[in-house]
Amino acid sequence: MTTDHPLIQLTLARLREFIREPEALFWTFIFPIVISVTLAAAFPGESSRPVRVGLVDSAAAEAVRSALAGDDGITIVEIAPDEELGALREGDVHIVVVAGEAPGDPPTYRFDPARDESRLARLAVDAALKRAAGRADPWQAREEPLVVPGSRYIDWLIPGILGMNIMSTGMWGVGFSIAQARLRKLLKLLAASPMRKSQYLLAQMMARLMFLLPEAAVPLGFGALVLGMPIAGSLGSIAAVCLIGALAFTALGLLTASRASTIEAISGILNLAMLPMWVLSGVFFSTANFPEVAQPFIQALPLTALNDALRAVILEGAKLSDIKGELGILGVWAVVPFGVALQLFRWR
Amino acid sequence: MSTSAVRCERLTKRYGDLTAVDGLSLTVRRGECFGLLGPNGAGKTTTIEILEGLLTPDEGDVEVLGLRWGRDDDALRQRLGIQLQETRLAEKLSVEETLRLFRSFYRRGRTIDELLGIVELEAKRHSWVGKLSGGQRQRLAIACALAGAPDLLFLDEPTTGLDPQSRRQLWGVLERFRADGGTVVLTTHYMDEAEVLCDRVAVVDCGHVIAQGSPQELIAQFGTPKVVTHHGTLEDVFMALTGRHLRDD
Ligand SMILES: Nc1ncnc2c1ncn2[C@@H]1O[C@H](COP(=O)(O)OP(=O)(O)OP(=O)(O)O)[C@@H](O)[C@H]1O
Ligand SMILES: [Mg+2]
Repeated sequence: MTTDHPLIQLTLARLREFIREPEALFWTFIFPIVISVTLAAAFPGESSRPVRVGLVDSAAAEAVRSALAGDDGITIVEIAPDEELGALREGDVHIVVVAGEAPGDPPTYRFDPARDESRLARLAVDAALKRAAGRADPWQAREEPLVVPGSRYIDWLIPGILGMNIMSTGMWGVGFSIAQARLRKLLKLLAASPMRKSQYLLAQMMARLMFLLPEAAVPLGFGALVLGMPIAGSLGSIAAVCLIGALAFTALGLLTASRASTIEAISGILNLAMLPMWVLSGVFFSTANFPEVAQPFIQALPLTALNDALRAVILEGAKLSDIKGELGILGVWAVVPFGVALQLFRWR
Repeated sequence: MSTSAVRCERLTKRYGDLTAVDGLSLTVRRGECFGLLGPNGAGKTTTIEILEGLLTPDEGDVEVLGLRWGRDDDALRQRLGIQLQETRLAEKLSVEETLRLFRSFYRRGRTIDELLGIVELEAKRHSWVGKLSGGQRQRLAIACALAGAPDLLFLDEPTTGLDPQSRRQLWGVLERFRADGGTVVLTTHYMDEAEVLCDRVAVVDCGHVIAQGSPQELIAQFGTPKVVTHHGTLEDVFMALTGRHLRDD
């Protein structure tokens, strides 16, 4: 096969168009890093996050302040009485402490028990104040803080960002370029030439798989080298999961683009297909947050399968044989949409 | 082997209630340049796309280079060069890359250097298609159509929107192609162009051929000059034959 083989020329054409599109490069390579770093800064590990306690200033507040000041895990925020609810609502403070009127009167805690942070804050504040008031603890447990590798939010997040990126690049990259070629009547001209139609579709997939390598290496490398994310699984397994995930989303990209001939149509269809997965498939928060009845649907989504598989391999060191279920789901998502796309595909 | 490059009989193509091509028959001889003329919506593009095998006629019979669509598609595609009325080539590929891509589809054909020379785009070899002028893009489209050294070239309004200089440059390209024995079928709205380029023309209106022959024959037959002092032109023929419709539109 020389470089003049149509498959190579078609793949090269697609690759060139991609790398000459600065926006595409940004969304594929820079955006995942920006979003990982931003989210990691916004949600640092649980232990390093201090409890923010709102203190309403009064004569008696001084005693509370000095009682809490000794605790490293507590940050005191001064608030005016009429700001209490607003500060709680906005998450500026996790709990509001109002000191008792006379010295020795018990304080009042105002917090939302439905919020985890607020319940934690209540426990921390309560213990600190009672200890300051003279509570004698019967014993002090010996604490052995352990950092379990891969247990931070950022460690959990990066595989999800990678999965999301594989979805977006596959669907946008393939879907958008095909719809645009159809809009420009370039598909029609290609169909009028002796080009084999299957080679065109194959080239779209090959070009997409070629930028899979840098696309996966950038967030994983950044996560491992800069953010200290452990990579427990083998690189071969990670590559295999990325590959089958990319195939599934490329097939979906082909399917969404099989008819669309306007930019509005393809954008609408792509967003409609991807939005549910952004929300439901455990990119930013766990799928366990959704009710039991929705789980069969959520688990059948390709991005859920890809994210679960990536996390299992990267964070837990799973072997491919441990994630057969996820790989099977992705395989079905690769084969069925591809077959349907071939049936529906329009060249004009 | 048939001596005609294109032979079609009683072609009909309907879009719902609208009959775009209505019992159209024509024959293009090998080695000639054949022009399809007619007002907007006459059915020229529809006809040419049927001949190119891009559309299937509802009725009628087509033979191209003695071969048939549906039976000899691969062989036919290797021997045709096609430029479509509305194609815009990929903007982010260079001229050379675009030609290399199209050349790769053909088993035999011209080299990239030859193609660049034919359409005089050597200086633009490394420019992106998006940076070319309208005339340069059109010449590139023709070069793509010539990539497989075709026997038969279909051009749908190749010179629309070009300045006189670019049009003449394109005429030169076509004359050289014909000098090498190629056959051309083109559509145009410029009657002077048809007079210069075409050996024979067909005037199409409402989906059928209303007149056919060499420009000179048509002028002799229909082109009574409106002003006595000048010679009849194809423009006069066109207006005489289709003027009713231009007014109706
Ligand atoms: N895909 C389509 N669906 C419905 N009607 C169509 C379609 N394509 C063409 N037509 C109609 O068929 C008729 C012939 O169109 P065609 O494009 O062949 O005209 P044309 O002679 O090439 O015109 P022009 O000089 O403007 O290019 C027109 O009335 C057009 O509206
Ligand atoms: Mg037309």
